[in-house]
Amino acid sequence: MNEKKELQVAALENGTVIDHIPSDKLFTVVSLLNIKDMDSNVTIGYNLESKKLGKKGIIKIADKFFTDEEINRISVVASNIKLNVIRNYAVVEKKEAIMPDDLKGIVKCNNPKCITNNEPMQTWFHVTDKEKGLLKCHYCEKEQQKDNIKLI
Amino acid sequence: MENRSLVTIAEHSKEKILYLLEMAREFEKKPNRSLLAGRIVATLFFEPSTRTRLSFETAANRLGAKVIGFTDPKVTSSSKGETLKDTIMMVSNYADIIVMRHYLEGAARYASEVTKVSIVNAGDGANQHPSQTMLDLYSIYKTQGTLENLNIYMVGDLKYGRTVHSLLMAMRHFNPTFHFIAPDELKMPEEYKIYCKEHNIKYVEHSEFNEDVIADADILYMTRVQRERFTDLMEYERVKDVYILNNKMLDKTRPNLRILHPLPRVNEIAYDVDDNPKAYYFQQAQNGLYARQAILCDVLGITLDEVKADTEK
Repeated sequence: MNEKKELQVAALENGTVIDHIPSDKLFTVVSLLNIKDMDSNVTIGYNLESKKLGKKGIIKIADKFFTDEEINRISVVASNIKLNVIRNYAVVEKKEAIMPDDLKGIVKCNNPKCITNNEPMQTWFHVTDKEKGLLKCHYCEKEQQKDNIKLI
Repeated sequence: MENRSLVTIAEHSKEKILYLLEMAREFEKKPNRSLLAGRIVATLFFEPSTRTRLSFETAANRLGAKVIGFTDPKVTSSSKGETLKDTIMMVSNYADIIVMRHYLEGAARYASEVTKVSIVNAGDGANQHPSQTMLDLYSIYKTQGTLENLNIYMVGDLKYGRTVHSLLMAMRHFNPTFHFIAPDELKMPEEYKIYCKEHNIKYVEHSEFNEDVIADADILYMTRVQRERFTDLMEYERVKDVYILNNKMLDKTRPNLRILHPLPRVNEIAYDVDDNPKAYYFQQAQNGLYARQAILCDVLGITLDEVKADTEK
């Protein structure tokens, strides 16, 4: 199993491998990264064995290199996700998704009376506690936990 | 772009709060001015609030401004599906200040981001109502001569009461001791108790409301216990008459005690309290006029010195 996975990672000539995605978050990550709109060759592995996570997901995208801002979007659903940047069959850089100070247009406010749920506008959250994953809506000022968020 | 909007009192420093209170005091000395002559104040009430609207419109009129606006969103384009942004952009072509009340939380913040015209938040849902907080602060300041080191007792609905939450946060600069008196279902929410701890604000919680509990109060801030807030109506029936203040309860209280209430009251303050010199809720509403005059001038960049110079005229 492990051998085969190594082989698949290495098989990517240029692109990004996103590893250690908790299985239950895999499809959320797929949607956060807008993968369905990509033209490149994408491989998605689901429910692969992982020593750390039990079951994990993996996404390999050929010829795609994410900006830090795009990567950090993923931190909203799970921490410890690792990205390997591949060039010419070799891992040239390892990146980690880091929780940003602000989240714009990613998370839905769970307050139905918030202006962001009633106007055609972008949501905006301030991350008030990165460890606990606390987000505060810039508009209605209500706080919410990272674990109960809904994505846009 | 310098945005002088007033969205929340939390953005104001201690100095800024005291500065605005001093400006309000100038307006109390002389309410009728022409500082805003030639200016137009729009009052956009997407949700009706007669008391707040009249207070703002009086403040604008006494400063010599002209007032446009609407009091009922049913007659405006927002009932046709116009977005808040479009309404604000349209009114921004006409007015120098937009005073707005909205049923949605965060509406004033958003409005202040889409226009260069100063926005004054006159209440956004359950979120903020900074002019109410300013008039509460002014009333406390005026009756106690200071905002420092006071015993402030908050009574009634401390869970949903927007005014008590804003007042609590604004008082953080002034070393208060709070006493929270409320039924279990309407207790001060945990987040505000954490806020108190984080800012070293002392507080005591009570469920009893009687003359002994309030004996050391400097300010008694009464709020209405509303039936619709209760999930358990038996509980409402049990507590509805517990948090009522009557004149007899004031016998042991301090001479400097003043009773505040954001109004409207229903039955939480008995009518026999009205004639007690410690009753202050009607003057409190009047103070709203001076506080709002200060707010309107400040968002337009009119300084305390200019106001003082105008007082001398």
